[in-house]
Amino acid sequence: MNSNIIQNMILFISLLLLQVILLNNIELFGYINPFLYILFVILFPFSRNRGAVLFFSFLLGLFVDMFLNSGGTNAAATLFIAYIRLPLLKTILRKSEIDYVVFNILKQPFLKILVYVSFLTFIHSFIVFSLEYFKFSDLGIILSRTFLTSIFTIILTIFSLILLSRKK
Amino acid sequence: MQQIVNFIIKYKFFLFFLLLEIIAISFTIQNHSYHNSKFVNSANFLTGGIYKRINRFKEYGDLKEHNQQLLNENTKLKNILSKQNIDTSSQVFGLIDTTKYFQKYLYTPAQVIDNQYHKKYNYLTIDKGSNDGIDSDQGVINSKGVIGITQNLSKNYTTVLSILNENSKINVRLVNSLHFGTLQWDGKNYNILQLVDLPIQANIQKGDSLITGGKSIIFPEGIPVGIVEDFSVENNSYRFINVKLFNDMSAIGPVNVVISLYKDEIKKIQESTTNE
Repeated sequence: MNSNIIQNMILFISLLLLQVILLNNIELFGYINPFLYILFVILFPFSRNRGAVLFFSFLLGLFVDMFLNSGGTNAAATLFIAYIRLPLLKTILRKSEIDYVVFNILKQPFLKILVYVSFLTFIHSFIVFSLEYFKFSDLGIILSRTFLTSIFTIILTIFSLILLSRKK
Repeated sequence: MQQIVNFIIKYKFFLFFLLLEIIAISFTIQNHSYHNSKFVNSANFLTGGIYKRINRFKEYGDLKEHNQQLLNENTKLKNILSKQNIDTSSQVFGLIDTTKYFQKYLYTPAQVIDNQYHKKYNYLTIDKGSNDGIDSDQGVINSKGVIGITQNLSKNYTTVLSILNENSKINVRLVNSLHFGTLQWDGKNYNILQLVDLPIQANIQKGDSLITGGKSIIFPEGIPVGIVEDFSVENNSYRFINVKLFNDMSAIGPVNVVISLYKDEIKKIQESTTNE
């Protein structure tokens, strides 16, 4: 149990540093930066208290906001996907209950992981850009940014998940 | 009472989620007004320290360009100095009458350690703070023009509201006439800004230069801004005026913070006037 907490702390800190040091400076095509830090929400074990995942996801988003001077947009979006991840996973896997202790996201069928990750990423990016632009007249920009950022994020997330599952 | 307790226990995660979500959204809304969030900003030792370390690597790439920029600025200033009529350099023991001087502004050097330009509300972070005499609402410029206005500060770091921010409004005027307007940004291209509220009598042409107007107490008059890129006239007023900046806002290195020495005095007069 203790090593689990330390593992999650390392995941939290390394994803935050990776995001602010490297990924926020990529600026593909001038403005696209992937939000790989949401990998935290995907990898955080289901066996832990549901309140913990909400709190730490919120905190991670808030730290990213602090670096980007973006108010609370990332915190709001990350918290939201942390809240919906369990019902969403149950719907995609078509299971009413999940055995949290042995459940491992890396051992699920690839296609289902892809759908799950894509949903979470799209919702996250959409909330981030909607809150940033906050206007119906900017819907075009919101959607195009959501789409491009999500594609980039999904590719990186899947790639990281493959690397992680190889290691184990 | 029992029912309320049961309700809270049943929906405790949802209520916790709702609480945090309200906090996050209130931070966001606060950030959309002129003053960005007091708690969530990059002017603190953690974010500032990390950005400073990243910048140590980044700045090597731009050294050549920044050196050239500083050299150009030095040359310009030396040329202005050499135009002075009276040679004061030989008066070594001369009496300096300080009452004849009227210094309005102080300039402090600073380094941009984080620069944003692709969002709607952009901020910069500089490596000087309240320890260096910086306060909020001071202008930030470089030799090519206006960069922004300081906002939140810690002891060693300050966030700067970039001119590429929807909340930024800067008073500018034409070089060859005294008509002034307000410089804003529509969030699209980071080198093109919009000039509004310019009277039609200004009669601008493509390629006219713009400088700061000196109507605000933040910037001194005459700081370069940019040139008129294109405009259109409708119903005897300007529909839009696009301004191309002299600065490349995606590559900002060394800057100056403008400390206005008469800011408090001017503010006091203005407040007492509006109160009457």
